[in-house]
Amino acid sequence: MAGLELLSDQGYRVDGRRAGELRKIQARMGVFAQADGSAYIEQGNTKALAVVYGPHEIRGSRARALPDRALVNCQYSSATFSTGERKRRPHGDRKSCEMGLQLRQTFEAAILTQLHPRSQIDIYVQVLQADGGTYAACVNAATLAVLDAGIPMRDFVCACSAGFVDSTALADLSHVEEAAGGPQLALALLPASGQIALLEMDARLHEDHLEQVLEAAAQAARDVHTLLDHVVRQHVCEASVLLGD
Amino acid sequence: MLKSKTFLKKTRAGGVMKIVREHYLRDDIGCGAPGCAACDGAHEGPVLEPQPLDPASSLCPRPHYLLPDTNVLLHQILSVWRPGTWASVASSLRLPGSLETYVEQEQGENANDRNDRAIRVAAKWYNEHLKKMSAENHLQVIFITNDKKNKEKAIEEGIPAFTCEEYVKSLTANPELIDRLACLSEEGNEIESGRIIFSEHLPLSKLQQGIKSGTYLQGTFRASRENYLEATVWVHGDTEEDKEIILQGLKNLNRAVHEDIVAVELLPRNQWVAPSSVVLHDEGQNEDDVEKEEERERILNTAANEKMLKPTGRVVGIIKRNWRPYCGMLSKSDIKESRRHLFTPADRRIPRIRIETRQASALEGRRIIVAIDGWPRNSRYPNGHFVKNLGDVGDKETETEVLLLEHDVPHQPFSQAVLSFLPKMPWSITEKDMKNREDLRHLCVCSVDPPGCTDIDDALHCRELENGNLEVGVHIADVSHFIRPGNALDQESARRGTTVYLCEKRIDMVPELLSSNLCSLRCNVDRLAFSCIWEMNHNAEILKVRFTKSAINSKASLTYAEAQMRIDSAAMNDDITTSLRGLNKLAKILKKRRIEKGALTLSSPEVRFHMDSETHDPIDLQTKELRETNSMVEEFMLLANISVAKKIHEEFSEHALLRKHPAPPPSNYEILVKAAKSKNLEIKTDTAKSLADSLDRADSPTFPYLNTLLRILATRCMMQAVYFCSGMDNDFHHYGLASPIYTHFTSPIRRYADIIVHRLLAVAIGADCTYPELTDKHKLADLCKNLNFRHKMAQYAQRASVAFHTQLFFKSKGIVSEEAYILFVRKNAIVVLIPKYGLEGTVFFEEKDKPKPRLIYDDEIPSLKIEDTVFHIFDKVKVKIMLDSSNLQHQKIRMSLVEPQIPGVSISADTPNMDIDEPERKKKKREK
Repeated sequence: MAGLELLSDQGYRVDGRRAGELRKIQARMGVFAQADGSAYIEQGNTKALAVVYGPHEIRGSRARALPDRALVNCQYSSATFSTGERKRRPHGDRKSCEMGLQLRQTFEAAILTQLHPRSQIDIYVQVLQADGGTYAACVNAATLAVLDAGIPMRDFVCACSAGFVDSTALADLSHVEEAAGGPQLALALLPASGQIALLEMDARLHEDHLEQVLEAAAQAARDVHTLLDHVVRQHVCEASVLLGD
Repeated sequence: MLKSKTFLKKTRAGGVMKIVREHYLRDDIGCGAPGCAACDGAHEGPVLEPQPLDPASSLCPRPHYLLPDTNVLLHQILSVWRPGTWASVASSLRLPGSLETYVEQEQGENANDRNDRAIRVAAKWYNEHLKKMSAENHLQVIFITNDKKNKEKAIEEGIPAFTCEEYVKSLTANPELIDRLACLSEEGNEIESGRIIFSEHLPLSKLQQGIKSGTYLQGTFRASRENYLEATVWVHGDTEEDKEIILQGLKNLNRAVHEDIVAVELLPRNQWVAPSSVVLHDEGQNEDDVEKEEERERILNTAANEKMLKPTGRVVGIIKRNWRPYCGMLSKSDIKESRRHLFTPADRRIPRIRIETRQASALEGRRIIVAIDGWPRNSRYPNGHFVKNLGDVGDKETETEVLLLEHDVPHQPFSQAVLSFLPKMPWSITEKDMKNREDLRHLCVCSVDPPGCTDIDDALHCRELENGNLEVGVHIADVSHFIRPGNALDQESARRGTTVYLCEKRIDMVPELLSSNLCSLRCNVDRLAFSCIWEMNHNAEILKVRFTKSAINSKASLTYAEAQMRIDSAAMNDDITTSLRGLNKLAKILKKRRIEKGALTLSSPEVRFHMDSETHDPIDLQTKELRETNSMVEEFMLLANISVAKKIHEEFSEHALLRKHPAPPPSNYEILVKAAKSKNLEIKTDTAKSLADSLDRADSPTFPYLNTLLRILATRCMMQAVYFCSGMDNDFHHYGLASPIYTHFTSPIRRYADIIVHRLLAVAIGADCTYPELTDKHKLADLCKNLNFRHKMAQYAQRASVAFHTQLFFKSKGIVSEEAYILFVRKNAIVVLIPKYGLEGTVFFEEKDKPKPRLIYDDEIPSLKIEDTVFHIFDKVKVKIMLDSSNLQHQKIRMSLVEPQIPGVSISADTPNMDIDEPERKKKKREK
């Protein structure tokens, strides 16, 4: 494989982390006033912005309205400057369509959509800088934004990626680790119940190893939850101070 | 946890790349010293010794740890390292990634300087840290570097620093360590012979440029065993086929050592040469006989015809050295008190090495190990240092050890970790074992093996079914039941790859409990097996094949001779005998069919030693006898292998482990065709079938041994059969067996490939589950590479062991004269084969201190004319065999011509040869 040593003999990764460690996560909620909910997250060098509108009336064709629950509409885009090479990324290319679909599936599982029949919830996510784990960053940002919008959810949705190198599962892959070409798995978890909202992997991995990688991703997702929970509580504190309680 | 971000912008081919990296500096890497309160529990993995042993250094009397810098670590750790004498912090060194010792690259500082600074910072940190920990202990970290500037800077910063040499010299308790110090100060203390012999090696960057542009070629350097002034480089290009480049002459070889990866430059076409057929050994004792070398080189360049010329080149640089410690002997310098001596490696392809030692007299006549340190431009020989003393020359133990080391055969006893995975004794088959397993204990199974065989891995049975067809079963020991994937036992077996059979000893691949007991299909005990069962009609056509794991109970362990006797004697009619007769009948049909398809029957002179049971000295030689039963067993093994190969390839098209035997290039056959032509026979080599047929036809009524000789020659023309992974190759053909697909299934006790095949087959029939490595074709390809290497080495080791025992045999036997046949004709020698002993040897016609006879070599026929006698290939000669002890290093069998008599060249049969005492004579000369 690549000449790069992804995991040293002492068990450190290229950027100095251990196998199960996350990158530094910083997040803020309520970054835009116009939107119903918004959030910004940094996971290491991956940065994502999410805004949520809704629930509101169905826009466009009324035929799309669902009689028993709300329609979740997700759109993903990435900034031209988000990757190493500047590249124009038109809306509606395959990659962003797929990502949008995945986000939609994730959030349909988490949002209590049956509370808002015949209405629509829009989630827009933009990646400002991509350094591995874009899906996870998008999910985490969107969770915070949905919470910010006050839309009822079953639970947080926390996502994290995991890879497999030298018989060791690595959590939260960076771009360098992703580029090395090993198997990579993305997991979105509802931490309280342990239910899986989305699980995606498109590489060959022996079934004996799946358990281990899955567990690494799940643990990382639970760690993400702890952090996001802290962010939400802090945000609520600040908001309540402003309200003068 | 601190984090540093670096944003870099970098241009690449016009485009702008934004590179974003982050690095986490850790605060949880411990110092590694046990009981350190400051970093309590933060360390895991390698730790420092609690109390560094006092190596009694006069420079630093207090206990201390050593911190070698990168270069010292790279070059000296092999030589000076001995557990107990050095306490090293190298392995648990605080990486520059930790919080306190992180060093940013400064402007204008290159990577090496930064690393040096990082190590100094680490040393400083350690000293302060250890002081905090226990002030009264005065533990110190001593910085070892060979870089002058680095040392000065370290002392400036208050770190105790020494060069490696200073430190080792100060170790009063271990003076012998100095010898082991790799002498790296190449330019400094070398003998200034003044003359620069070799041209400079180009730096790597230039070589890579050259290789890219095609001016240079990259390849593996292979020195010639027979001629120290000649070598070939195998160029493994991506686009074109592998090609070979010849290098001739010391200067063109330019300090490359066997197996180095080198860059060569092709010489202009008018300087191309043909591979010489001269046999030359480096025997000069002096340094300054470069002129003589040049003269010798000229011998090589005798005119050859245009067709023989091959691409010729010279080494311009070394891409990667592949040095290892070499076994061999010291040739003590003639000058008394001299500390510099030449070391002659046992492997002829390795040049002699100059070493410095004070214990020369103690090491004389011993087998020692030496490592190469470097090869300066002004030195005829590479410089090295002494590593280990193995024991006396000629001692059987020592020689075996040398043999195993030289062929890289892992032969240490199995470690405790490996043994822990063995089943507990007493062992018996349990319910659990019988899961997915058929009970075939009622079948009348028997095994046929050579006498004295304790690792029986195959057994057979044959019975008539109710429908009149025959059921034939091959039962192979189920080793994969005991060796589970991934554990230490499995890893060790995979590393060993094969069992190595030496003349007096067997180096097992799996521990003895398995090889000679639990996996050995001995008679009258229940054993687990993997069975391959065919239903055949009486014409040996396969109607059905089925594979199953089974439990069997062998009814008899026979030798080939016993089995043969049962088949032949009319009086015996028990189950086993009828079963054997059935098998024998089918085997004959199978063999016939196989040969019709074009399978080759080749021949090699194989001998067996009769060992003295007490002293293990060889007392007699015997050529292996082949009986019908040998071929009977072989035939069914081949059939099983082919059936299994088909099955696993069907099931796993991407990662089946198979074995192929590529067809040799037509040029390989040249010598065989020429040789046959000289006897008015025609050998066709276009297909395996025509080769087999023409070999069968090649018979001479007056010369019965000719056919065997031709077959021996044909064997030499063949390529090596190799293991490969089916997903990585698309040519599966096995040339020798004329089978489109083949694998190894039948000897899992002694070959690791078979274990993998067993596992694949078990998965294919649903008797076992797969595991990750088994389905990874890259891992499998790596494994194949190792197995191929181990098999080759095992073969060489076996041959070397036979050669050594032949020597012992002739030592006890004295001088004998025997009939021999010429196998090859060389420019200045003939290679002969003595059928009686299966022994091959070279008869030289040029000797030092003797007038050279008139030699005329004709390459076309090939023939060699000496004075008035002409030698052709296959000529019958009589040679005298004796043990030549003149060169203690290579005690060798020496042959000289007795018949036909050529005055001045041949020797008479009974006068003792004076040449044996050559060294004495030489010495006398020098004294004069």
